[in-house]
Amino acid sequence: MSNGMKFRYPVDGNDFTRAGEISSKVKKQLKQLGLPPEVIRRVAIIMYEAEINMVIHANGGTIDVEITPEQIRLVFSDTGPGIPDIEKAMQEGFSTASHEVRELGFGAGMGLPNMKKNSDEMKIDTRIGVGTIMDLIVKI
Amino acid sequence: MNVSELKEKLGLTQVAGTDAGEVSGCYIGDLMSLAMARLEEGNVWITIQTNLNVVAVAALKEAGCVILADGAEPDADAKAKAEAEGIPILVSKKSAYTLAKELGALSV
Repeated sequence: MSNGMKFRYPVDGNDFTRAGEISSKVKKQLKQLGLPPEVIRRVAIIMYEAEINMVIHANGGTIDVEITPEQIRLVFSDTGPGIPDIEKAMQEGFSTASHEVRELGFGAGMGLPNMKKNSDEMKIDTRIGVGTIMDLIVKI
Repeated sequence: MNVSELKEKLGLTQVAGTDAGEVSGCYIGDLMSLAMARLEEGNVWITIQTNLNVVAVAALKEAGCVILADGAEPDADAKAKAEAEGIPILVSKKSAYTLAKELGALSV
């Protein structure tokens, strides 16, 4: 990562009671920095979806946030099972979430599409049995 | 319209948060990702989901309030988080459809 303000947050796996906390924290930071509301909105959506994905699918992970005057870079790293078929995972409505998780209102199959829609760049590096790294950029 | 007026006009019971905030527009749905994508600031969010993730999404998207329809009640974690985040939660025995019709008639 290049120069800028950098923050790292660990995400607890399987802890739905804390899901959304990091998104909320980052949103507050961005507001304090006086960034445009539209940028904050997009980052909040990406952060929340990624955070939830890590809790549901990957037993947690790490979120790196880097803020420069031009962009916000969000890197989500986990050591989960990996994504077998990215093309399918990117389709709206496709989900591998369990019945239990769906009952909580998740598993709409909108997570990755929402992340893509709200970012300017999105790269996914996933390896089965090793983990997934998602690298997203939101331009300011 | 503020939450207090909304409560009175729709006969809602408030179970968390304050009632001073303004509301406008409405979103109805029970899937978090869709709500995350579609909720707009100040919206009334009608849902039957009662877990704390509703509060997390409502807070991130700055919803005006959450109405739990069909007699749904928030669980204890959701209530505590709503108090902490200042998200008003209101409950009603009415269906989402009836609530939406009433909101429409009030031009919310």
